Amino acid sequence: MKTGIFWIYLLVMFAVTYVVRVLPFVAFHKKIENKFVRSFLAYIPYTVLGAMTFPAVFYATGSAVTAGAGVGAALIAAYRGKGLFTVAVCASLAALLAGMLLQVIG
Amino acid sequence: MKQFLQGLKDGSAIGIGYLSVSFTFGLAAVASGLRWWEALLVSMMNLTSAGQFAGITIMAAAGSYLEMAVSQLVINLRYALMSISLSQKVDRRFHAGRKMILGFAVTDEIFAVAMSREQEISTLYFAGLAVLPYLGWTCGTLAGAVCGNILPGSVSDALGLAIYGMFIAIIVPAMKKDSRILKITLLAVILSFGMYYLPGISEVSSGFAVIICAVAASAVGAVCFPMEEETQEEA
Repeated sequence: MKTGIFWIYLLVMFAVTYVVRVLPFVAFHKKIENKFVRSFLAYIPYTVLGAMTFPAVFYATGSAVTAGAGVGAALIAAYRGKGLFTVAVCASLAALLAGMLLQVIG
Repeated sequence: MKQFLQGLKDGSAIGIGYLSVSFTFGLAAVASGLRWWEALLVSMMNLTSAGQFAGITIMAAAGSYLEMAVSQLVINLRYALMSISLSQKVDRRFHAGRKMILGFAVTDEIFAVAMSREQEISTLYFAGLAVLPYLGWTCGTLAGAVCGNILPGSVSDALGLAIYGMFIAIIVPAMKKDSRILKITLLAVILSFGMYYLPGISEVSSGFAVIICAVAASAVGAVCFPMEEETQEEA
């Protein structure tokens, strides 16, 4: 790829991503009183992350079995109240071990 | 200053998590034809996982600038929802100029951690919260882009799960604590499965699918289980 073209791509990416984040942040400066809207916004973090994770996570490693092992480990670790990093490591480690196990069996 | 340090502390786990996620981004970027400094610049200027992965795919395929713009808009539109949520929780001194700088750091994880804070969010807290994730994101990308090829495929595949592990670490405790969040998040997940596998609907791009599922489930939640003022603060 030519360097000039890369810069245009980069600029487009940056501009769109920045505006999407900052414009609503700056535009809303009063408290929203509406109960529906407030409740809706309170649910947003969890519904967004839930929909982003499932089912995409099962395709993240190239094997549904290793990914499934990782998801299982992450769910258990998260349920026990472990932090972000610990849960992420558990997921990766479980997937790695499952992959090794598959190789041994296969 | 105390606020800033608390932010740093709360952001440290995200920063370490980002190291591994951005490492895989660095790997993928170089594999798709970017030079190491180009991969680094993409991470420094965007600070977003899904959008960047889509971005390098479009660059590799020499897609149009319009395609690039639309894909970024669709994939990252969820940040607009998050920024609106966040605007409701920042303190009064968080004025427009500060928002224009710190709004850049709205990511899934930073947003979720900020929202789980009991108090209002001050500029210093949010700045502290953003520092380590930003450093982790850029350093991880650099490491992945420069020395990624040494890593065996099974390890980089397993690292691809790190970001989802972080997502799970955010949603599960909230679902455990609040049965309304449990029900509505499960609804979003079920919708997401439906959009992924049902014929006809599955052609919707993944960025749009996430927004549709999240908006639909949150709207159902707001109608069926509206949150009172005080519980809202906890959630």
